[in-house]
Amino acid sequence: MISHDGQDMTGGAKILVVDDEMAIRRLLRGSLSRTGMDVVEAANAREALAALNIDKPDLVLLDLGLPDRDGMELIGPIKAGKAALLVVSARDATGEKVAALDLGADDYVTKPFDTEEVLARVRVALRNRLLAENAAPLVRLGAVEIDLAARIVRREGAEVHLSPKEYGFLAELVRYPGRVVSHAAILRAVWGPGQEQAVEYLRVAARGLRRKLEDVPVEQSMIRNEPGIGYRLIV
Amino acid sequence: MREHDGPVNTIRPDPDALLRTIGRQDGVRGRLKLFLGAAPGVGKTYEMLMQAARRRDAGEDVVIGVIETHGRAETEQRAAGFEIIPRRAIDHRGQSLHEMDLDAIIARCPALVLIDELAHTNAPGCRHDKRWQDVEEVLNAGIDVYSTLNVQHLESLNDVVASFARLRVRETLPDRVLDHAEIEVVDIPPGELIERLKAGKVYVPQEASRALAHFFSHSNLTALRELALRRAAQAVDAQMLDYLRAHALEGTWAAGERLLVAVGADAGAQEVVRAGKRLADSLSAPWTAVHIETGPASPNSALPNSGSREELAAALHLASQLGAQVATVPAAGLAEGLAHMAADLRATILVLGQGARRGLFRRDALSAQLAALGLGAALHIVPRAAPRRRTAPPRDAPFDPAAWLLPPGLLISGALIACVTLAGVMFAALGSVTNIALLYLLPVMLAATRYGLWTGIVTGLLSSLAYNFFFIPPVHTFTIADPQNLITVVVLLAVAVVVSHMAGRLRDTAMLSRASAVRSSALAGFARQLTGIGAAGDLGRVLCEEGAGLLGCYTVLLMPQDGALAQIAASPPDTALQALDRVVAQWAFDNRRPAGRGSDTLSAAEWLFLPVEAGGKALAVLGVAHPDAAQPVRADLLPMLTSFLDQAGLALDRIRLEAERGQMRRLEERDALRAALLSSVSHDLRTPLTAVIGLLGNVTPADPEQERVLALARAEGERLQRFVANLLDMVRIETGAVEWRPEPVDLAEAVSSAVHDLRYLLGARPLLIGIAPDLPLVRLDPRLLHHCLINLIENAAHYSPAETPIRIEARPDADGLDLAVIDAGPGLPPGAEARVFETFTRLEGSDRKGGTGLGLAIVKGFAEAMGLQARAANRTDGSGACFTLHMPGALLWKESDQP
Repeated sequence: MISHDGQDMTGGAKILVVDDEMAIRRLLRGSLSRTGMDVVEAANAREALAALNIDKPDLVLLDLGLPDRDGMELIGPIKAGKAALLVVSARDATGEKVAALDLGADDYVTKPFDTEEVLARVRVALRNRLLAENAAPLVRLGAVEIDLAARIVRREGAEVHLSPKEYGFLAELVRYPGRVVSHAAILRAVWGPGQEQAVEYLRVAARGLRRKLEDVPVEQSMIRNEPGIGYRLIV
Repeated sequence: MREHDGPVNTIRPDPDALLRTIGRQDGVRGRLKLFLGAAPGVGKTYEMLMQAARRRDAGEDVVIGVIETHGRAETEQRAAGFEIIPRRAIDHRGQSLHEMDLDAIIARCPALVLIDELAHTNAPGCRHDKRWQDVEEVLNAGIDVYSTLNVQHLESLNDVVASFARLRVRETLPDRVLDHAEIEVVDIPPGELIERLKAGKVYVPQEASRALAHFFSHSNLTALRELALRRAAQAVDAQMLDYLRAHALEGTWAAGERLLVAVGADAGAQEVVRAGKRLADSLSAPWTAVHIETGPASPNSALPNSGSREELAAALHLASQLGAQVATVPAAGLAEGLAHMAADLRATILVLGQGARRGLFRRDALSAQLAALGLGAALHIVPRAAPRRRTAPPRDAPFDPAAWLLPPGLLISGALIACVTLAGVMFAALGSVTNIALLYLLPVMLAATRYGLWTGIVTGLLSSLAYNFFFIPPVHTFTIADPQNLITVVVLLAVAVVVSHMAGRLRDTAMLSRASAVRSSALAGFARQLTGIGAAGDLGRVLCEEGAGLLGCYTVLLMPQDGALAQIAASPPDTALQALDRVVAQWAFDNRRPAGRGSDTLSAAEWLFLPVEAGGKALAVLGVAHPDAAQPVRADLLPMLTSFLDQAGLALDRIRLEAERGQMRRLEERDALRAALLSSVSHDLRTPLTAVIGLLGNVTPADPEQERVLALARAEGERLQRFVANLLDMVRIETGAVEWRPEPVDLAEAVSSAVHDLRYLLGARPLLIGIAPDLPLVRLDPRLLHHCLINLIENAAHYSPAETPIRIEARPDADGLDLAVIDAGPGLPPGAEARVFETFTRLEGSDRKGGTGLGLAIVKGFAEAMGLQARAANRTDGSGACFTLHMPGALLWKESDQP
């Protein structure tokens, strides 16, 4: 697990739920407030923008299908306010999810969703928000220890030799633990601009990482593949 | 031509081979100088002897090989000073013939030999059939040759000369003999030659004297002379070209010849066209046949003299069939029109029929008029083939008494004459008789200007008769006592003729410009009409009506519809085509060429079909037919119709593009609508389900019974959710809305993600995943593959006992690789292997499992969308079912694919 235990940090966090469906808002409000979070609701983009300014939420749960505006247009204002952003979409299109992630969304959940999963994602996003302000140089994931300062990866104490690209890939995921990072974002960060389409590099690097770092690679206990979207570091 | 008997043939060299050696032996080969004349008697031999004498006097060894003096004293005198190689006597069927002794010449080996009459045919038994072949041999021996030739002996011009001179020359020689010869044209004006002929200075064999007498006509000689000059110039041009090409020089090639053939509306028009074609061919020149329309012609009215119209149409059609550009040009006068066309087309030769146009003051003055207009082209006059009299002149309307007795023009003239006579009688009573004649000019001029030549002349005649009868003494008789009064009568008639002629020309010009304006405005109007049209049917209607109006005929427009030509419009609208005509239309459409009556293809049809094209593609065919099926349509107006068709083609193309754009837009709109509907349905179904399931989870049960009910409600909600998801996927497949974006996929990763998503369903069930770590990546859509895998694994879990393992294996095979999901259940019923992928198919007794019957259908739909094959089979050992996704080798990611 991550060295910072963020369980306490989620308590008292202010969450803005933007969804035009009253039932969904009620559902999320119920689940979130039971864990001690403070929930603000918005039924459309106009209300959401107002709530962003007045309530200064720590995290926004945003439905992309809003009655007055495309939810995509809200991503900018939300990220400007330093709030974490979790996209909730009924649309199954991978392109839209990837676009939302590339615009700065921290993660996404597809409707129909499991409330427990939403809660888990919310916790990860809130934790990452704090981590981003206070990046830890040493990250521990079970038996694997990643020293971002020294660029060294150890497994059960022994140094594991990674290729530069494998290390870059892992470091990029570690930077956003628990959160899906799109293919294009990893490729851009590690392979450089212009390589955003070369998904096969990622496949090969992910194979190498799993072989070197996971006990049973097929279980994806550390690096999870999100089909068509990206990779997620399991925390 | 060549003889094929006799022992000498074997040693006869092939002239072609000889010619081929020219290049190799350039330094050795003698030079040929040809004295080319237009006709016998121009003085070729004389000139040759003169020049040869000059070389002899310069000390060269010059001999005469053969010379035909035809007994001319001057020539014989000239030849006297040369050494003459004696002719060889050849015995032919008991006759002794004297021919040039080729071997003696070569043996003598002079510097220059004179060999007269290059076109001469040798007597049988000589080495060569033709004298020019002898000359080739002499030249190859390195001896220079002077020879003479009349232009009609050239093979390419033989037909031409024969066609106008009616004298076919049997002794011909190939044009290529000229290619390497120096040519000197021996030229005297035709008049002088005729003088010489009359003076007996031209040799004329007795038996041919009649034919030759015709041959030596002024016009023939003019044409021959021109041919000779042109041919010589052409040879010089060709030699210069060869020289320039050989020396890789660019530039000053002589511009090619361009022929303009004037086609009249008379019986000889076709002969003129043929002559033009021959000339064009022999000069390798492009040619245009033009009809200058000077007569009154309204495009929409039938012409009075349809006989000459047919001649014209036939001639123009012949010209277009013979490869000419065809045009009908309105102009005020024949000469003006021709001069204008010749200048426009930069024609170098203008071909005219002799007397193609007969006008009262224009007979044989056309060339003078053309010269006055500064015609830049040479004139080539085609003589009339036969002096057959036309029964009626084509243009000047035939004199038809029945139609002539009654016309209002004459009645009015008669009335006027009566009035003038009355007035004259009154004047006469006052004493002045002489000026009364002037009064009669009034009706004459009026009749001539208003009603044309014949009415004018008749009025003139009547006026002079009236004047004679009433005023010239002796009065009240037609006798003319004083010859001075005869002048008055003649003047009246002359005035009638002159005025009516001038007025007629004026009227013609006016009508012509009106006709021209009518056509221009018709074309402009048509173009304007087209711009407003948005449907092919409307365009077809307009085209049919305009075409029918233009040609005065029936029209029909056919366009392809569902792979066959269908009638779009017709004028009159109830026009129907016969089966044969449809075949012709199809041919015209397929080949983008006119077909049917009057064309050179399938001309048995009643209709003529013209393709409507745009951008090199046939879009429609327009059929035209004369209301009287026996008549062809007016060929002279077809160029006009063609411009209509060009316009229509452009408009049709525009309409087609607009229709395609509209179709595209509709498709896009439909796609967008479908996508919106799917997305909205999926949203509307999923959102409440999410809320129901989620809210049920938020309820805290008060007792175990409530907890059980809640869990059941939640499970049913989740089942409904899966069903909705599957249903939406199925709708996507069935409506073809499956979108997929392939990317390299690692099968191990994909299987692992699917298994992760199903972790709650699978629980503790053992999974055996056999995927090699170095398996190639596969180009697939990861989301669709994910759905396939989830459905396959779910299916395996449903149809096998909970404790049995599910195996997932990837196995490379000969063609790609197989991804198999294998369960340890009862397997598939026999024969169900293919059926199992059908929509709503469930295996017997499986209801309790609660499947939707859509899972495998979705697998199949998604797999096929990605280019995979979904297969179902029982395991060979009979211990369960095996579902396979077969991935063809083409989808496998190779190292070389890497960017």
